[in-house]
Order: sequence, then C-alpha cells, then structure tokens
Amino acid sequence: MKFGTHIFALSLFTFAAFVAAGFGVDAPFRQHMWVLFLVLLGFVAILLRNTNFAPAVAVDPSAYMDGPIRYGAIATMFWGVVGMLVGVVIALQLAYPDLNIQPWFNFGRLRPLHTSGVVFAFGGNALLCTSLYVVQRTCRARLFGGDLAWFVFWGYQLFIVMAATGYLLGITESREYAEPEWYVDIWLTIVWVAYLVLFLGTILRRKEPHIYVANWFYLSFIVTIAMLHVINNLSMPASFLGSKSYSAFSGVQDALTQWWYGHNAVGFFLTAGFLGMMYYFVPKQANRPVYSYRLSIIHFWAIIFLYIWAGPHHLHYTALPDWAQTLGMVFSIMLWMPSWGGMINGLMTLSGAWDKLRTDPIIRMMVMAIAFYGMSTFEGPMMSIKAVNSLSHYTDWTIGHVHSGALGWVGMISFGAIYFMVPKLWNRERLYSLRLVTWHFWLATLGIVVYAAVMWVSGIMQGLMWREYDEQGFLVYSFAETVAAMHPYYVMRAIGGAMYLSGALIMAWNIAMTILGYQREEQPMPGSVPALQPAE
Amino acid sequence: MGLMDRHAIIEKNATLLLIGSLLVVTVGGIVEIAPLFYLDNTIEKVEGMRPYSPLELVGRNIYVREGCYLCHSQMIRPFRDEVERYGHYSLAAESMYDHPFQWGSKRTGPDLARVGDRYSNAWHVAHLADPRSVVPESVMPSYAFLNDAPIEVKDFSTHLLANARVGVPYSDDMIANANADLKAQADPNADTSGLEKRYPKAKVGDFDGNPQQVTEMDALVAYLQMLGTLVDFKNYDEAAGYR
Repeated sequence: MKFGTHIFALSLFTFAAFVAAGFGVDAPFRQHMWVLFLVLLGFVAILLRNTNFAPAVAVDPSAYMDGPIRYGAIATMFWGVVGMLVGVVIALQLAYPDLNIQPWFNFGRLRPLHTSGVVFAFGGNALLCTSLYVVQRTCRARLFGGDLAWFVFWGYQLFIVMAATGYLLGITESREYAEPEWYVDIWLTIVWVAYLVLFLGTILRRKEPHIYVANWFYLSFIVTIAMLHVINNLSMPASFLGSKSYSAFSGVQDALTQWWYGHNAVGFFLTAGFLGMMYYFVPKQANRPVYSYRLSIIHFWAIIFLYIWAGPHHLHYTALPDWAQTLGMVFSIMLWMPSWGGMINGLMTLSGAWDKLRTDPIIRMMVMAIAFYGMSTFEGPMMSIKAVNSLSHYTDWTIGHVHSGALGWVGMISFGAIYFMVPKLWNRERLYSLRLVTWHFWLATLGIVVYAAVMWVSGIMQGLMWREYDEQGFLVYSFAETVAAMHPYYVMRAIGGAMYLSGALIMAWNIAMTILGYQREEQPMPGSVPALQPAE
Repeated sequence: MGLMDRHAIIEKNATLLLIGSLLVVTVGGIVEIAPLFYLDNTIEKVEGMRPYSPLELVGRNIYVREGCYLCHSQMIRPFRDEVERYGHYSLAAESMYDHPFQWGSKRTGPDLARVGDRYSNAWHVAHLADPRSVVPESVMPSYAFLNDAPIEVKDFSTHLLANARVGVPYSDDMIANANADLKAQADPNADTSGLEKRYPKAKVGDFDGNPQQVTEMDALVAYLQMLGTLVDFKNYDEAAGYR
C-alpha cells in the first residue's frame, strides 16, 4: 500500500497531539497542540486520499530527484512574501502604534514571526531546495535515502508552522532567532540531522572525484547550524506537557551563548549557505568558471574559522568580561578579509561576461547581491569596533545593517537562484517575463537603498540624541523626545520595505506564470539580440 | 606536494571535510565561552541578589512572552549619559539568576534594568493598559488584556524546581511554598512574613488596583517594580568588581 507506514506513523503522532491538547498544563501549550493536531490531521487526510494499492513503480536511480526541490521553490516564494509582509506590518506598527492588536498581533509577538519568517522560512527553504538541486548536479548523483528528502521538506514546513503559531500564542524562549520552545527545538533537531544525512549521503554516492566548492559551504552550514542549535537551546522544561522551559545557562554565560548562536545564524545560515548558492548559480548564469580556486579554498577555511568568534561584538560594554569583548571585536575585524574574498571571487567570476549586466536582469540581481554582501561585510566589522558600537548599539543602525545584508545579499541571491532554477525544474523554455525581473530588480534595489539610508539617519541621530549634553552639563533630550523624533523615519522605512515586498509579489506572479507554462510576449531586452543592420 | 595539492585530499573525502570543518568551527566557542563557566572573576561578588519570588517569576515569564526584550534592554552600559539616565551600570551578578538573560539588543523604548521603584504601581498599570495616556510620544502597544487575565497555573512549584535544576538556589522551603507565596504577594490581607523572609525586599500588596484576583498585570508590575532594586550600591566596591 502506497504511504502505508507513513499514514500509520502520522496517525500515531496525530493522536499524541490530541492527547497533549487535552492534558497540557498551560493554555498556550494546549492551543499549540490543537494547531499541531489539525495540521497533522490534514497531512493524514491528504495521504489517505492519495494512497492506492497498485504495485509501486520503480524509480530510475540515475534520474535526479527534483520533486522536493520544486515544492521547496514554491515554499520559498510563499514564505518570502509572508515574512516580508509581516515585516511591513511591524514597520507600520512602529510608525502608527494603534495598528497593534492585542494580544496576538502586538509588535512583541509579530517581530519574531517576521525574523523567523524571513530567515528560517524564506531563507531556510531557499537553502534547502538550492542545496538539494546543487548537490545532485555537482555530484551527478540522485538524492540519498529515497523519501528522506520528502521527510526533510515536510518536517521543516511543520517546524515553521509550529514556530510561527507559537509566537502568536506567546510561546517563546526570548532567544533572538532561536525563539521556539523546547519541543519545537527537538523536532527541528530531528529534521536537521535527517537533512545532514540526506546531504552527506548524496555527496558520498557522487560520481565526480572532487566535491564541488558550493558543497563545502552547504556542508559546513548544515553541520555548524546543528551544533549551534543544540547548544543554544539547552533548557529545562517546567513540565513535559507545558510550553515553558528555562535556559540551561544564566546571565553572562547565557548572553554569550545566545550571541555566539545569534551571530553565527548570520555567519552560517545567512552567509556560508548563501555563498554555496553563489558558487553554483553565479557561474551557471554567467556561463563562466569560478574566478579563483585558490581563493575559494583560503576564504572558505578562513571564514568558517573566524566567524565563530565574532559573537561578543553584540555585547560590547555590557557585563561580559572585557577580554571576551575585545576578542570578539578583533576577530570581527579580521572577518572583513575572508568576507571580501568571497565577494571578489563572486564578482570576478563575471570577468569576460560583464556585458551580460546590460541584457540579463538575473545576473544583474546576482551582482547586486554580491555588492550588498561586500557592503554589509564592511559595515559589520566597522560596527564591531567598540567606539563605533557605543554609538550604534541599541539603535536602528543595527536594524539597517541587518537589512542591507538580508534584503541585499540573502534576498537578491535567492531571487536570482530561483529565477534560474524554476524554468529548468518545470522544463520551461524561459521565464514568463524578463521585463518583470527588471521591475523586480529596481523595486528591490531602490527599496533597500531607502531602507538602509533611512535607518542610518535615524540610528545615528537617536544615538547622538541619547548622549547630547548642553553647556551646563545636563542631558538635552528625554527618552520620549528621541522616540518622537523617529516617526518620519519609521514611515519612510515602511515605504522602503513595501517597495521590496512589491518586488517580491511581482516575482511570485512571474514564477507562478512560468510554472503554469505561460510566456509573456514582450520585446527582448535591448542588446540581447544582435540588431539587424539594413543592407547597404 | 604543495598545500593546494594536499587540499585535494580533503576535496575528495567527504568525511574528512565534515570532520575538518566541524573542528574548525568549534575552536572559537571553546576559547571564548567555556572559560566564562569557571573563571571566578566573570561574576562579581555582591550582596543582595536572591532568586525571583514566584509572583516576580510569573511576571518575568509574561515579560518574555510578550517580547518586551525586543524594545527594552536591561543592560546599562558604563557611559556618563546612560548612568545619569538609568542609574549605576549593570553588573554581571545582577542577572546571575536570569534563565534566560533579558539584556536585549535594541532600545525602541528606554532601558528597564533599574525601573523598579521609579514609578508608582498605578502609573505602571495605566501605562501598560494605554501607554499614550501617560507618555504621548510612546509607540508601545497596549497590554490592557493583562488586567483581565487571571494567573492560570496549576502548580507553579514545577517552575521553581526547573530553575533549581539549572542552578538557581531555590531551597526546598521556597519550592514547597511556591503556590502560597504566589498568591500572598499580591494579596494585601495575606500573612507575608514567610514570603518576606524567603525573598528579602520583595514588594508586597495589590499591584493592579483590583484586590479581588491575582492577574497577570499584578505579576508583571511586581516584576517591573523589583528590577534593579536588589543590589545596594552603597556597599558595592567598584574596584573589587572591576575586571
């Protein structure tokens, strides 16, 4: 019977969720278990409707397994739009606080929904589907483990749904970018180990002698995230039928453990993984080899070694011992070099193909991503200098910095990779429309520029207002006055974010039409077809 | 054989690549984080720190649940303007019983490390229910629903026990009296002598203006009112605490 064991196992879990919904010791846990019950029930229903008793059709072991990748591309688009929409909503809440709807849609509950939505749901799905796409093609091997890839895909979506609904119900550990509570963390650990087995297993059955550089980055991202996730989330539940747990560490140790995790969520999730993406999709789209093999080796080992040390720069001038702060600062500054190694390797891959910038909006998007990567990996080390950090910390400057990295680098390189993959995954000749890609490119780029510039101004302004003294030695501004001064910038920031979101909506339309098999009739991009000269 | 040729060995062996990268990424954490657990000077010795009372802990859990840390830090840096605005810079010891820490990373609103005793209970209740009624410039959401939310805990001693398991010095006495202490702290008519012995400096009384029931508003205000009040800085030796 098709899906026989799947249905049996899932039914057991569904029943367990039902029992937990009845016996949970706190209300949020019971509500959360009802959500889980309904989601799992839906899964079981779908499997039951698709089961049959015909003998299983043998799969061709030499063909690539692209089903989970197709779903992953769609999930990336879906969660991307959702996560960015929540971002625009919370940006508007800061400008117009009456938009908060207590208790479920207050800023404090929506903000983790936004960060996890864009980092783990959008970014995570982008990494998941591109890594499985790249590893098969660079190893010339089918994914390892049969249905394991499907387990990883659906298991990860379940994690996203449980994390997101938990935030709205008020279930959080308050560890930034690691907010889900203990039982959701355990589930993610299981899914993540399965992902590691899937990825490593595929590499082990490769038909190429060498492991391609993109896979080094993906592999180090997967294994490091496993380590960070497990250690940072060590906690003691108050009850095994309750949503509340207490961190295994306290105070100083807890703070550094969290920011060791937090900064390397940036370093490994949002950087190493996406560098893997860059190393496959940029050479492919540009149709040029990677610029330097040596540089890729050096900057790979340097970047994974140095990144791990950078966490303490989130804790400058706090109660963390000085030696740890200084160590974190020094390594953060050193990190500038391998980061730019990656940028140079990506940009120089276009040597001999720079003319494509005029005709190919996808390569334009990728180049803009790498440029923003270079920009934010310069800004980051600068902000980690203690003197600069004393001004920038606690202000919007940090928020602006994160967004130039996240919107500029992570977003744009993912968009480029999805634009590249989708026509191939669905056997379409080309995208529905290249002109729409150009629209997306400009909306996104201008949106980031508005966002980052506004946050520089508001962040630096707020930092300066906080420390402004008059000639008699009194503080000039009350805190409330600095809040009032932020209003115009919060409005402009929301506009920048809305521009970026509208670009993503255009992309979702473009991708949907491509998948459905339409091609828009449009003028080719200027310069992409040699102009016919009249005979003389 | 050059270095680059030797690297080819790793490129052809997935297990080596996996182990190699795992080793490389563990170094930083071992050198930076592990010493914090055994170096004595990581946390200064101060007088006055005690575990949270049950009602304060409930309030703290509400603070965590509502994501207050996303806009309010609890970490005063040793700068002139911060010390004048918020009080003595924060000590490591002041968050030694914080599982998890709430230092925060952003000040959309002001730092709260020493907000305790600065405002009246009534101010906090009015501010939480409708922030712009007392601070017109505020962009804080309303938390009026806390007034109507009774504290729903079957047995809060399990929470103290979980904290004790991760190192907070809750005594058997504290754990045994957890549920009684939770109710007594917000009840103006209760006998609180045991509570005040177990948790010195605990604020006792009705916090939310509604003595009929213990609400989440009671708990949150009890927590806010104790923040930064435990350490007596008249007796604190700056030089001994300097690291």
